[in-house]
Amino acid sequence: MHTKFDFYRQLRTIRHFEETVLDNFSKGVFFGTTHTYLGQEANAVGVLNHLQPADIVFSNHRCHGHFIAYGGDLRALFAEMMGKASGVCGGRGGSQHLHWRNFYSNGVQGGIVPVATGMALAEKQQNRGALAICFLGDGTLGEGVIYESFNLASLWRAPILYVLENNHIAQTTPTRQVLAGDMAARFSAFGIPVRELDSSDVLEISGMTEDLLDGIRSQGGPRALILHTQRFGPHSKGDDTRDPEVIAQLWETRDPLKIQAARLSPDERVTIDSEVESQVAAAFRQAFDDPYPSL
Amino acid sequence: MSTVLESLNAALHRAMQTDDSVILLGEDILDPYGGAFKVTRGLSTAFPERVWSTPISEAGLVGVAAGLALRGLRPVVEIMFGDFVTLAADQIVNHIAKFRWMYNDQVRVPLVIRAPMGGRRGYGPTHSQTLEKLFLGLPGLKVLAPCDLQVADWQAGGLLLEAIFDEEPVLFIENKLLYLSKLQKPADLPDFEVKPLNPAGSPPLFHLEIKGAPTPQLTLAAYGYMAGLAREAALQLAYEHEIFSEIVIPTQLSPFDGTILPLTESVARSGRLLTIEEGTYSLGWGAEVLARLVENLGPRLRVAWRLAAAETPVPASGVLEEVSLPGVAEIVAAARKMV
Repeated sequence: MHTKFDFYRQLRTIRHFEETVLDNFSKGVFFGTTHTYLGQEANAVGVLNHLQPADIVFSNHRCHGHFIAYGGDLRALFAEMMGKASGVCGGRGGSQHLHWRNFYSNGVQGGIVPVATGMALAEKQQNRGALAICFLGDGTLGEGVIYESFNLASLWRAPILYVLENNHIAQTTPTRQVLAGDMAARFSAFGIPVRELDSSDVLEISGMTEDLLDGIRSQGGPRALILHTQRFGPHSKGDDTRDPEVIAQLWETRDPLKIQAARLSPDERVTIDSEVESQVAAAFRQAFDDPYPSL
Repeated sequence: MSTVLESLNAALHRAMQTDDSVILLGEDILDPYGGAFKVTRGLSTAFPERVWSTPISEAGLVGVAAGLALRGLRPVVEIMFGDFVTLAADQIVNHIAKFRWMYNDQVRVPLVIRAPMGGRRGYGPTHSQTLEKLFLGLPGLKVLAPCDLQVADWQAGGLLLEAIFDEEPVLFIENKLLYLSKLQKPADLPDFEVKPLNPAGSPPLFHLEIKGAPTPQLTLAAYGYMAGLAREAALQLAYEHEIFSEIVIPTQLSPFDGTILPLTESVARSGRLLTIEEGTYSLGWGAEVLARLVENLGPRLRVAWRLAAAETPVPASGVLEEVSLPGVAEIVAAARKMV
């Protein structure tokens, strides 16, 4: 079982990793682009701490937090973004195309959902007892293939948890401008049991996920978890069009690290912070020194 | 003598018997219907646990197949009409074809998408197309197309078995008119010397020449159903016009490299190339064949033409459809102008 220290350490690691990415992007260290997970850290940590080794995770473009909470190596992730041979996929995939152990991500909205559903069905067909967790965002609710997938998952009782991270904004478009109807009803219409949580508290997210995964493991079939969350950073690097005051307010009220830090003594927190800082810095340095691949 | 349809059906039975990891997915594929073209007939009766009838959700079911393949199964997807493969284009282009390379060769995606293509049945613009050219040249995706030839173990069903047990994803193009065509063994084609070639271990490529004919003046390059039309045309050209040709028939359309050596050798002999395809004229398979031969042979390629479908949607009217798709008469007419 994870302790409060583990949770805080993971949250802090994701936070510090993403801040390091953003700080260094303008220096030309990384190729391509990135999608920051700042503010949403508790989702990855809370959801993924109930995984068993054979369970599958399929993530999307905003995948760093999921990868790190899954146990992915920081140096390999930095290296992947730097296009190095030591990267998670040897520099071929970059920030949003990762595969390590049973973790996968892909950068096209919606298309990962049937793939993850198929993976869950493969586990069921082969009686291996594993389940799949598929992360999607509110923006992805506009993609039709996800509804085909929900239908198939429910019909064929796929052991999968769909985790919908609603950060209320799709790149620069507020979700309320582009989403009609009810979010949860999109799952329940297909007979998929769905729970919702509006919280940045890793303990709450962890608890609700545990219930849902227990349900999948004991009864089979899909479940859905809607996590209403807040993105503190830009969609990518410098493309945040929101009022800075609104964002400052979010940092005040919805910071998962602040919530979890309150459960630690100041000394405990400072110790973890400094350990994480040197760990992330070392990973960055090693990746920076790693060689480039050849085609 | 069995048909291409029976050969494909038998191959599916054999694949499912041989290997529990083979799963069939598609619309209306259950018995007693057995699929719109009956290719899956009998399979749901024999293997009820592994034949999954799906809703009308091409993108969803191709995506699910990708997930099954990533996790140890060998799914075979039937797209009812090949025209509908565009509904699954994102799955094919951005997921299935990408995974292995993008994930640094850590995964395999062994799946087959079977797509019945082609016209001449009056089904009209959205049920008659030959769309494979949209998927040619896509790194990470094999595109195969059987013809009606059978040489030893090499026939349509054999090609499908190869596809199913391949580690790479395969788009398998089945021309609808081929289904009821009889498999042609060399003994059924007494006018031809039929030579199967297997360049570098890729799926078979057939080389046909007319027995006892002098040095060929023309190479016909065709695949799928068009290969049969090319055969008919070659006989007419020889017997009625004394124009001697040989035919090169690939079964692997993409990647392309395996095709080019036998074609180059043939055209080096004949000096003339006519490509024949049922897809539209511009930017298609024939264009690639021609470009490669120009690169390989330079001025030794004296004349090259392409025959293909008119650049309109496929008409429903049988009269219009007849003139919009290339047939034997067009092949003969083109060849007579070339030689």
